[in-house]
This record gives sequence, C-alpha cells and structure tokens, in this order.
Amino acid sequence: MQDRSLWVMIIHAVVLAFAALTSFAYLTLMERKVLARLQHRVGPNQAGPNGYLQPLADAVKLMFKEDIMPSTADKWVFTIAPILATIPAIVIFAVIPLGPDLVVFGERIPLAFASLNIGLLYFLAVTSIGVYGITLAGWASNNKYSMLGGVRSAAQMISYELAFGLSVLVPVMLTASRSADGFGSLDLVQMVNAQAGTWLGFIPKWFVFTPTGFVAFFLFLIAATAEVTRAPFDLVEAEQELVGGYATEYSSMKFALFFMAEYMKLIAMSGFAATMFLGGWRFPYLEDIAGNWGALVGFVVIAAKIFFFLFLSIWVRASLPRIRYDKLMDFGWKRLLPVSLATVVATAVIVVLTNPL
Amino acid sequence: MISTNAYVLLSAILFTIGVVGVLVRRNVIIMFMSVELMLNSANLALIAFSRARAESDGQIMTFFVIAVAAAEVAVGLALLVSIFRAKKTTNIDDVNTLKG
Amino acid sequence: METFLFITTAIVAVGAALAMVLSSNAVHSALFLILNFCSVAILYFLLRAPFLGAVQVTVYAGAIMVLFLFVIMLLGAENAELGEEKIGWQKPAGLILGVALLAEIGYVAYRGTKLIDAPVADATNIGAPTTISAKLFSTYLLPFEVISILLLIAVVGTVVLTRRRVVAREERQS
Repeated sequence: MQDRSLWVMIIHAVVLAFAALTSFAYLTLMERKVLARLQHRVGPNQAGPNGYLQPLADAVKLMFKEDIMPSTADKWVFTIAPILATIPAIVIFAVIPLGPDLVVFGERIPLAFASLNIGLLYFLAVTSIGVYGITLAGWASNNKYSMLGGVRSAAQMISYELAFGLSVLVPVMLTASRSADGFGSLDLVQMVNAQAGTWLGFIPKWFVFTPTGFVAFFLFLIAATAEVTRAPFDLVEAEQELVGGYATEYSSMKFALFFMAEYMKLIAMSGFAATMFLGGWRFPYLEDIAGNWGALVGFVVIAAKIFFFLFLSIWVRASLPRIRYDKLMDFGWKRLLPVSLATVVATAVIVVLTNPL
Repeated sequence: MISTNAYVLLSAILFTIGVVGVLVRRNVIIMFMSVELMLNSANLALIAFSRARAESDGQIMTFFVIAVAAAEVAVGLALLVSIFRAKKTTNIDDVNTLKG
Repeated sequence: METFLFITTAIVAVGAALAMVLSSNAVHSALFLILNFCSVAILYFLLRAPFLGAVQVTVYAGAIMVLFLFVIMLLGAENAELGEEKIGWQKPAGLILGVALLAEIGYVAYRGTKLIDAPVADATNIGAPTTISAKLFSTYLLPFEVISILLLIAVVGTVVLTRRRVVAREERQS
C-alpha cells in the first residue's frame, strides 16, 4: 500500500496497540479519581504515590481471580464473546490520524497508521461489528439478567447507529465543499487536511465552527455515547435493574476484556470526534511547524483534545441520571433521527449553494 | 493474480450450499439465512466479473443487491415474528395452512 | 501472497457456510454466517472493491445479522427443529438435488466461455468510492432512487406486520 516495509508497519501496529492499552489502564484511574472529586470523595489513593499504581493493582487482582464458567452456558460462545468485544475496540485505532509524518532513521512513518480511501466506512464497519460481543455474552450466559442486557444492547446500538452514521456524513460533505475536485472524502487524513487554516486569523476552520457541523457535532456526541453504552445510556449494565447486565456471569480476565473494550471504544470515539469535528492534530499556527517537532506537537494537540472528550464523558456520567428504556428508544427514533436527517439535508443544500458546480 | 474462474467456482459452491440449506433444513430462520448466503454468493460472482471487465458496474449491482437484501430481511423477519406469535413455532412444516 | 490469501479465505468461507447449514443451534448458524460474510468481504478487497467490502461488513455483518440474532433471541427459537420429520424423503432428495446443481454449475463453468481477464492496471481504480459514486449518481441514478423507495416500503411494511392487533382494536373502541 504505502512505501513502508512490512517490519516498520508491524512495529508501528504493536506500538499503537500497546499505547492504546496503557491509555486504557490510566483512563480507569482517571475516571475513578475525577468521579470521586465530583462527588466530594477522595478516590483511590493507596496503591503507590497518590494512587498512581492503582491500575496495576486492579490488573493483578483480576488476573488472579477464578475464571468461572456457568454450567448451563454455551461454552464456545461464552468464550468467544469477550474476544469479539475486544478486537474491534483495538483495530479501530488504525485509521485515526495522530499527527503529520514522522521521520525516524530515514524511514518516513505517517502517524496516521492507515490512510484508507474508505477510512470512515472502516470506522463504521468496525463499530457495527462491536455489538456482537455484548449481545452474544448476554445470550451465552443463559441468565435472564444477562439476556436482558444483551437484547437491550442490540436494540440500543441498532437504533443509535442511524443517527451516528448520518452525523458523520456531515463532515464528509463539508470536506467536499473544501476540496478542489468537488468530491468529498472518506479518508480521515483528507478530512483533517480540509480543516487547515483560520477564519479572520484566529477562528480555526474546524468543522465544528460551521453552522451544520456544530449541530452534527452534538448529534455525534450523543449517538457515540449511546454506541459505547456510557452513562446516561448505560442501560445494558444498569446495576439497579439488571445486576451486572451482560457481564453478570463473567469473572476474571473475561470480565476485564469487556471492561477494556468499553474504555478503548470510548478513547477511539473521542479520537474520531476530535478528528472529524475539532481538526484532529491541527491547531492554528501550531500546525505550521515542520519536521519531527511538528509531528510531536500534532500528537500533543490531538491527545489534549481526546483528553477533553474523556473528561466530558466522566463529567456527564457524574451529572446525569440514567434514562428510562422506553424514553431511550423514543429519543433515538423520534428526536435524534429526524434532527440528524434534517442536518444532513441542510448541509447538502448549503454545500451545493456555496459551491456552484 | 487469481483468475475470475476461481472466484466464479467459489461462488457456485457457496450458492449450492445455500440451496441445500433451504432444501434440507426445516427451521425458518436457518432457511432464511441460507437465502442470504445465496444472495451473497451471487454478489461475489458479480464483483469478480466487474474486475474481469475493469468496470465498476458489477460493483454497483452488488450495492443494489445489498440494499434489496436489507429490505428483504427486515420484511422477512417481521413475517417470521408474526408467524411465531400466531403459531408458536419456527418449523416450516407446521406452517402449512393458508389461514393464520 | 494473493494466492495464499485467496485459498485460506475461500476455505474459511466454504467451511463457515457448511457449518452454518449443519449446526443445530440457530445462534451458532448465525455466527458462522457472519464469519462467511466477513471472509467474502476479504475476497472483495482482493477483487479491488474496497468500498463494497466495507459496505458488506457494515450492512450484512453489522446490521442484517444483528437483526437475525435479535429475532432469534427474542423468540427463543435457537433449538426449534424438534419433532419428527413430516416428509421423510425430503433430506436425501435435497442433498441429491444439491449435488446435481453443483455438477451442473461446475460443468457450465468448465465448458463455458473462458473469461479473459482485463490487465491489472486497468482494474486498480474501479472500486474507489469516487469511481463508484460518480457512476451511481449519473448512470444509475434512477435505480438508486427506486431503491430508496423500496427501503421506505420495507420500513412501513415491517411496522404494519409486527403491529399487535390488540392495539388496533383498542383504538377502534375509543
């Protein structure tokens, strides 16, 4: 595909996966700490200085737990489900552009691991595969609470996928309005490049600052929260009604894998929100730095944006109560879907009117 | 490069498996899945032809087939759910009267 | 590399299809069919149709099969093939007809016109999103619009079919 040797690509992939896994571990700590502060508690502070080794302690604890398999469970599906949940959460990182190209030992390494011409479709395909892990876990456990959690997750994800898919169409069309040949692009690298520059010298040309992009941004945030089943849409694991939801029967590393998949998906969604609406690694004037320093600054910029979204998600979790199930469906189909359809139509009209063919 | 004939042969094998599935199985859901398999194998042949002719028309036909399959599955599963509500069965042999 | 990928994927696809037809549990069948769809998607990538490959995964594996699983779980119909066969000779007859069909298709594929493949260089760009969209919105615009109406009809039909009669009766009384 690109002019990279196979070895460079393999090392790059391993580094990327490892970075994602480490950031997941510290995201759990961040969530517990921030949540504690928002609720006037202290949070974990025993393991290591100020509690910074807590993720390590959690990992050791989960690894040494007994792995319990319910006797009536479907053995194969019960084992496959956590794997099916985790793999999409990791491979999705391949298409997020984390910065401009880096040059190491004469090898040109694009920080966007894969610049595909179907990048956005890849993203949609992988997220739509992610439903299976949770749904099958719920079915295979042969437990009514797990089953309810699994059925809920399938219904919820199908319902919110529509608004989700429509909201990501808006950046595609906006890319078309800024491209030379009039074609939009599904390539996330092209999308980031289309958001370069500023208006009036200080407003960055990010898609969130266009009228329809602004609406689509919030639609994306709501639908993405529902897709990763975070609060206030975490009905698949509502403790008060469903015990542990789909994960009731899971223990040890299998449980840890579900936990990991959820948080990694959250990081990936934050990365996509930053890439499609907030200009990715671009920031006015900082994006003009050339060479390896530019790559480093770009990476820091997108990391800061991802951090912002993660904090937002934790903040929402601490602030909003869980939505009732029928209201969730109502909101998805009767509010979110019409609004996102209207946004797509409005964007199309604006793009055509401002770019006469 | 793999020849188009190899792809067409693979598509034929998948299609036959789908046909046998419809003929042999009595569970409506599995029969329905076999129909999907047949549609899918036809798509594979279309895309192979599209590459052989170096034109994208075959791929567009596949795109249409996928859209029609989505519509067909939605209606088919709705029928299945309403049959199940009336008869409490998914065995095709139990659904042999014209009256619901 | 390409030959290796093709052979592996083809074996996985055929094996998954067979397992789909043979397994007694409907949920396992659905899982094997998902595996089949994913391996066919890989074949699409090999055939230079990346757009269709991604659409295949999104629509078939991601939406249609979720719907199947959802219905199987909702009806609790994973093991519904119990009870005696009503028509005893059905299974052998189906198998014989299947083998006959395979022989027939194989014969046609063997004796029929040998396809002359276009040179690789011509076929590199046929699957790109821009190529497909350009053709889809010019030559094939009418079928595209018809499909959208078809999908709308399917949505309405589904709602009508699964609507419970009780609700309608209550509405008539009030």
